[in-house]
Amino acid sequence: MIARVLTTGVIAGLVAGLAVAALQHFTTTPLILAAEVYETAQHAHEGADASLALSGLSRTAATSVATIAVSIGYALILLAAMLLSGDAIAPRRAALWGACAFAATGLATALGLAPQLPGMAETELAARQIWWIATAVSTGAGLFALLRLDSTAAKIAGVALIVAPQFFAPQPATPESTAPAELAARFAASSLAVQAISWALAGALVGLVWRLLSREQEA
Amino acid sequence: MNAKSSVNSTVLAPSRLEALKAAAVALVLGFGLVWLAGFAYPESVHDAAHDTRHALSFPCH
Repeated sequence: MIARVLTTGVIAGLVAGLAVAALQHFTTTPLILAAEVYETAQHAHEGADASLALSGLSRTAATSVATIAVSIGYALILLAAMLLSGDAIAPRRAALWGACAFAATGLATALGLAPQLPGMAETELAARQIWWIATAVSTGAGLFALLRLDSTAAKIAGVALIVAPQFFAPQPATPESTAPAELAARFAASSLAVQAISWALAGALVGLVWRLLSREQEA
Repeated sequence: MNAKSSVNSTVLAPSRLEALKAAAVALVLGFGLVWLAGFAYPESVHDAAHDTRHALSFPCH
């Protein structure tokens, strides 16, 4: 069982990660590079250096490896959630779990912390990371309570878990950015789309690979 | 000893127990990978995962 779960997670995550990495290369990465031009110009003006150690092909490769790692992580988390809740692991159901995971880690977190380009106003990193994780977990638990539990009390608690984190989002004192607003808006939209595709693809492939491996084992 | 008695007291089917074990392993590995790529602090990890962190809207600087 453990071997089948890990194999499914790695294969589904690898394929989804490769597809998402290709998508990033044409959607979000060009916007990040454009924003860095503005950021570097501003930093040069202030006498600081903001550039990364990586560039060109090695940067694309590193980004792809990181994206594949995240996708394998997503696939394993979806598998774990479906096993814990006793669900049958099938493509459509797994993609729905992925959609809910996107609502928790993508939509809910973006409400408080919009997807950011380099050079945008920001608060302390640790505080944002803690809020992000707390919001994702709380929203995920809230969605589970709303969609899977029957009692009214559970549904009320579910709504509270979804709404509550939004009151505590860390906001910068002044909304200032070196990146033009149009670039930032395009990035926010692209980032949400890429995240939605990452989760849905990881889910659908988890269901598909699981079915293939289960058939093979039974045959 | 404790683990054995707790298994006996809860009436879990062996297949369910196996599924829970697999889920626990998958959860730890899954969160570990997302943590490493999306949140870990070392500069080399941050630089390598930088564009992915921004694209998938993990908090970054």
